[in-house]
Amino acid sequence: MDESRFTQEEEAILNALRDHFPDLPMEIGKTCGQLAILVDKKMIFPVCKILKEHSAALFDYLADLCGVDFLGKREKRFQVVYNLYSIARNHRIRVKTDVGEEDCLVDSVTGIWKSANWHERELYDMFGIEVRGHPDLRRILMPDDWEGHPLRKDYPLQGKGQRDDFSFVPKEDRQPTRTPRGRGESW
Amino acid sequence: MDTREMKINMGPQHPSTHGVLRLVLDVDGERVVKAEPKVGYLHRGIEKLGENGSFQQVITHIDRLDYISAITNEFAYCRTVEKLLGITIPERAEYIRTIVAEMQRLSSHLLWLATHALDIGAMTVFLYTFRERETILDLFEELTGARLNNNYMRIGGVSRDLSSFFIETLYKFCDEFPGRIKEYDTLIRENRIWIGRTKGVAAISAEEAVNYGLSGPSLRGSGVNWDIRKAEPYGAYDKVDWVVPLGENGDVYDRYWIRVEEMHQSANIIRQCLDRIPSGPILVDDPKIVPPSKEKINAEIESLIHHFKLMTEGFKAPEGEVYCATEVPKGELGFYIVSDGSSRPYRMKIRAPSFVNLGAFNRLVSGGFIADVIAVIGTIDIVLGECDR
Repeated sequence: MDESRFTQEEEAILNALRDHFPDLPMEIGKTCGQLAILVDKKMIFPVCKILKEHSAALFDYLADLCGVDFLGKREKRFQVVYNLYSIARNHRIRVKTDVGEEDCLVDSVTGIWKSANWHERELYDMFGIEVRGHPDLRRILMPDDWEGHPLRKDYPLQGKGQRDDFSFVPKEDRQPTRTPRGRGESW
Repeated sequence: MDTREMKINMGPQHPSTHGVLRLVLDVDGERVVKAEPKVGYLHRGIEKLGENGSFQQVITHIDRLDYISAITNEFAYCRTVEKLLGITIPERAEYIRTIVAEMQRLSSHLLWLATHALDIGAMTVFLYTFRERETILDLFEELTGARLNNNYMRIGGVSRDLSSFFIETLYKFCDEFPGRIKEYDTLIRENRIWIGRTKGVAAISAEEAVNYGLSGPSLRGSGVNWDIRKAEPYGAYDKVDWVVPLGENGDVYDRYWIRVEEMHQSANIIRQCLDRIPSGPILVDDPKIVPPSKEKINAEIESLIHHFKLMTEGFKAPEGEVYCATEVPKGELGFYIVSDGSSRPYRMKIRAPSFVNLGAFNRLVSGGFIADVIAVIGTIDIVLGECDR
C-alpha cells in the first residue's frame, strides 16, 4: 500500500479545511502513516478551531503540544507541534507551524482546549516561545528566576553551572554565613 | 466579623502528595477557592538527555519517568521507535509485552489503591495490596533481574523469555487474584466512611474532562469510552476478550471503582495471553537493530562488526517524525520523536499523563473542602517523576 495516499477520512478532514480557508497555503504530508499539516502561524487558532468543530474532523482532544528547535537546520528556527486526537472518530492529526527566532510568538489555543494551558507554559519554559493570549504565562518546570530555556539546542547539556543563590532562613542564635539573597516575592 | 481568604502551602514534603508536589491553596474557611499545583521539583531533563543518547540508551531514562510502572513506559517508548523504524516484532514478543504490561498495571493500581486508601484514612488496605504487589515484583525480579526500573524491553522485542516457573506462578496468581480483590472490597467498597469521602467528591463531566485532556481511568470515570488499548490496539490486546469499565458520575468513587474493575480485567488479559502465547523468537531478526548473540559474535566476523557498530554508535533511524500513544496505568503516555536520520532522537517529547491530569487539578478541587484535596491527589493517580520528567 502506498504510504502517502490519503484515506477517505483524511481527505474529508483536508476538504473541510480547504472549504473554510480556500487560500490558505498548507503543506500536507504523511510520515509513518500519520497525517500532518504545516500552516502559517497566524492561522493556527482558526485552523484548530475548525478542526475541533467541523463534523468531519471533531478533534476534541489535544493530546500533545510541544516545540522543536531546528537551530541551524532550517530558516525558521522553531516549530510548534499540535498532536490532536478525536475521541468520537478515533483519528489523529498533527498540526505544525514554523516560528522564527526574531518573532518568537504563537497564539494560544487555550480557548479551544483547556489542556493547552500547561502545555503552553512548558513551551514557553523550555523554548522561550511566547504565547499570545495565554491566561497565565509563567515558567512551569524550571524555577521562576531561571535564565535560559533548557530544550533549546544551544543550551548546554551539562547545564550552566551550579546555583548558589538559594535563600535560606538563618538560625536565630547564629550569624548567617553569607548574605541571603531572597528569591523575591513570588510564591 | 470580617472574613478573609488565606493562602496555605501544602508540600512539597507532605506524606500524601505522592512525591514532591507543592500546592498553594487559597482557602475561605474550610473551602478551597483556588489551588495552584507547583511542579518541577523532580525535573531531571529526561527529554534533553534523550536527545543526547542513542535510541537504546534512552530506555533506562524512560524507566525513571513513572518509576512505579517502568515496564509500561518502556513499552510506549519501544513501540514509538519501532513505528519510526517501520518494523514489526515477533508475535511471542507482543504477547510477552502484553503480559508484563498488564502485570505492571496491576502493581501500579495496587500501589494506587494502597496509598489512596491510606490518604483517606483506611490503613488496612495498604497491608493487603502490598502482599499481592510483592508477588508481582518477585516475578519481575525472576524475569528481568530487577523489581523496579526493569530495563526489560528492547527495541525489537524483549530481553528475556518467560521461564516455566514464571508461567506457573503467574497462573496461580491469576487464579487467586479475584479473591484478593474481594478482600479489598470487603474493607472499603461499602464502607460508610469511604463512600462519604469519595461519592460526589470532585465530580467532572465527560465533556469537561475531555477538554481538560484527562486520560486513562480519570477520564473513563466520567463515562468517556476511550481506552487506547481498544481504540488503537497494539500488543496482543485485540486478540483477547476484555471490556473497558466505565463510570457514570465522574467522581472519586467512580474512578476508584474503575481501577478496581481494571484489575479484574488485567488478570483476565494475563490469563488469556498465557493460554494463547505462541512459541517463537522474542527479538526481531535484524542485526542492524538487535545485537547478535554471543555465540554468533564469537563465530562470525560480520556479527562482531554488527555488535561493535551497535554498541558504539547505535542504529540510525530514518528521517521523519512519529507520535505514538500508549495506555499506561495513568492514562495516555505519548512519545513524539523527531528523527534527523542520525542514531539519536533529534527531539523527544514525552506526553506524560500525570502532567496533563494534574493540569485539571484546580478545576477538581475548587469549591471543595481542604480534606478533599488529599482525596483528589489520590484519585488522579499522579507520579511526579513522570509529571516533571
